[in-house]
Amino acid sequence: MPPRPGDLLVLADSDTGTAPLKPADLKLGADPYLGWALDPNDKVPRDGTRLNQILLMRFDPSSLTDREKAWAVDGVVAFSAICTHQGCTVTYWLTAPQVLECPCHQSQYNPRDAAKVVGGPAPRPLPALPLKMAGGLLVVAAPFTDRVGGEQQTY
Amino acid sequence: MNGTTVRIGLAAALLCSVFGTAAFAGEIDSYSVVTQQRLQNPEAGNWLLYRRTYDGHGFSPLSQINTGNVAALTPIWTFSTGVIEGHEAPPMVNNGVMFVTTPQDQVLALDATTGDLIWRYAPKLPEDLFQLHPTNRGVALWGDKLYLATVDSRLIALDAKTGKVVWESKIGDYHRGEYSTLEPLVVNGKVMVGTSGGEFGVRGFIAAYDADTGNQLWKTYTVPSPNEPGGNTWDSDAWKTGGGSVWITGNYDPKRNLAYWGVGNAAPWPGDLHPGDNLYTSSTVALDPNTGQIKYYHQYHWNDSWDWDEVRPPLLINMEYNGQMIDALVHPARDAYFWELQQTDDGIKFLSAWPFSYQNAFTSIDPQTGRPSYDLAHKPTVGKLVTFCPSLWGGEDWVSESYSDQTHLVYVPANNGMCGEYNGVDKKLIAGQLWLGADPNTLNLLPRGDHLGELQAWDPVTHKQVWMYPFPNQLFASVLTTAGDLVFVGGTNDRMFRAFDARTGELLWQQRTNSGIIAPPVAYQVGDTEYIAVQSGWGVDAQRIQQSLSTTPLKVDPDAVPQGGVIWVFALRRH
Repeated sequence: MPPRPGDLLVLADSDTGTAPLKPADLKLGADPYLGWALDPNDKVPRDGTRLNQILLMRFDPSSLTDREKAWAVDGVVAFSAICTHQGCTVTYWLTAPQVLECPCHQSQYNPRDAAKVVGGPAPRPLPALPLKMAGGLLVVAAPFTDRVGGEQQTY
Repeated sequence: MNGTTVRIGLAAALLCSVFGTAAFAGEIDSYSVVTQQRLQNPEAGNWLLYRRTYDGHGFSPLSQINTGNVAALTPIWTFSTGVIEGHEAPPMVNNGVMFVTTPQDQVLALDATTGDLIWRYAPKLPEDLFQLHPTNRGVALWGDKLYLATVDSRLIALDAKTGKVVWESKIGDYHRGEYSTLEPLVVNGKVMVGTSGGEFGVRGFIAAYDADTGNQLWKTYTVPSPNEPGGNTWDSDAWKTGGGSVWITGNYDPKRNLAYWGVGNAAPWPGDLHPGDNLYTSSTVALDPNTGQIKYYHQYHWNDSWDWDEVRPPLLINMEYNGQMIDALVHPARDAYFWELQQTDDGIKFLSAWPFSYQNAFTSIDPQTGRPSYDLAHKPTVGKLVTFCPSLWGGEDWVSESYSDQTHLVYVPANNGMCGEYNGVDKKLIAGQLWLGADPNTLNLLPRGDHLGELQAWDPVTHKQVWMYPFPNQLFASVLTTAGDLVFVGGTNDRMFRAFDARTGELLWQQRTNSGIIAPPVAYQVGDTEYIAVQSGWGVDAQRIQQSLSTTPLKVDPDAVPQGGVIWVFALRRH
């Protein structure tokens, strides 16, 4: 099941267990973190499919565009980690241009501006996962803003 | 040579089988069953194995098209596959029927003389698949079936006549980054495959399946556990995620009943993250197809740190060496050295090695064992930006060289002076995620010299380069040689398909195609006509090089080569 409003967040890194994330767990300007939504009731990550993977980064809130600010909490931004081109996981953070890059076909996204496409073949931004804060924890405020996944190839 | 045996069924329709598969459904009326005898001694007009013969030569004995008339070579038919990404499969041809695979694991059966589509198999792939290498390198032929290894890690047997699924078996778990892109190798009814996924931290393996039932017969890891032979070459637990992927079809020696497979690099890239020699990564292994037991091996370079997979198996060449005929194993390697080994009854013996492209990582080669010594200034490590030559794409990547049984030369599609760099990083593996151990900000190509691509002709006996043809940018495609004394290759970003004089290197013919060619060309005959066939469909690594070169002083246009696959078939123009 994809992330639902009210879900908490955890890192995909297995060593960190299922401790729900606070903004301070994410380092400012660090490489993207991969995470999952966590069912707040049974504390089970929604990790049944890679399509549920969440890309998390933290920036100075003043560096975000207005539309990104509406979805971010304390500078933490969250998107689907799945490239909208062919569905690879977007994991590269290029520090000089400050853009996310997909390793498969070099689609580039600006995480400070609603993951707007700034390079490469991706047809649309990464779907955003709007966040809010509750009890000091990061909480999913709304479902992904768009369909998750790449373009389907047909013939 | 039989005439064509193709007849297309009347009712061509879109069908959905129980496997959720769309297929354009015609039927082949009569099909020439593929036997061990035919694979070992293929008819001159057919292309039944990945490199036509078990010895991997990529040589066709056809000579109707030759140096004297190749200027009149002209397209006879083309077929648009309707698929994008890298088309890397050879058209397989069995008595007038052609089988071609495309990215997304589609299989097309066509009339090899007319280009009429007989059937199309298009499997449904999972939506959550991470296709780092969206490609496929062909179907294997055995009996009345075809064998397809898929990018979601399945082995699928198709009825060659209809394209319908006969059985399907699981190879690995794509969620963990195991996937397959290679054409299987069939020996005596055993279908052998390997797994890709070194860049996801898999533990590589080769496995065999019963051609009739799909039951797995054996599975041999290319990275041994601590208690297995070679296990002591891993000084830590790194073997569990040690790479050693297998993604190019092996060769086979019927005389000794040995299947030769090339094994990929150790994972992740920086060698200090997997201390030890790391058997059997960057090696060739010779195994018994009946049991999967590794009988012999040779490691080209230990503790790989450059992403130099050595996934191509060696060419098996019976040739003269120091006045005696020997069973030579010849491998122009990704590490840019030209390796010559000898298979004896006692094992694989090192003979000699020399660089065929600029290489700055090796300082010497032990004359007895072939073990290289390294210049540590050019061996990538964690926390340091290291430059090295050749780049991660090597002196010759996965694309195949060819050995002409007529000129006795090896034709190498090389890149020379295409150096690279990266800064190693130590990151935790997340299952199914890319795990290169390299900072993407530092993954750069550093071209040097006045050109990069080189088609090289080498005499394996004298170790002399006989000729070389340069290309301004990368050369990235497999080579075909024919008894017409011709060498065919694509691989350049100008979309050309070219023919050279095998003895002189003179360019005799070229044809611009729809896209760039990275696939192996083949030669076949139906009736009294010889054909040359190749897929043009740029993508994957050739395109990644293009992208990387766009930010170098070469400033190539990253979008210069359009995508979209087309099968091209050529023959001599008839007046």
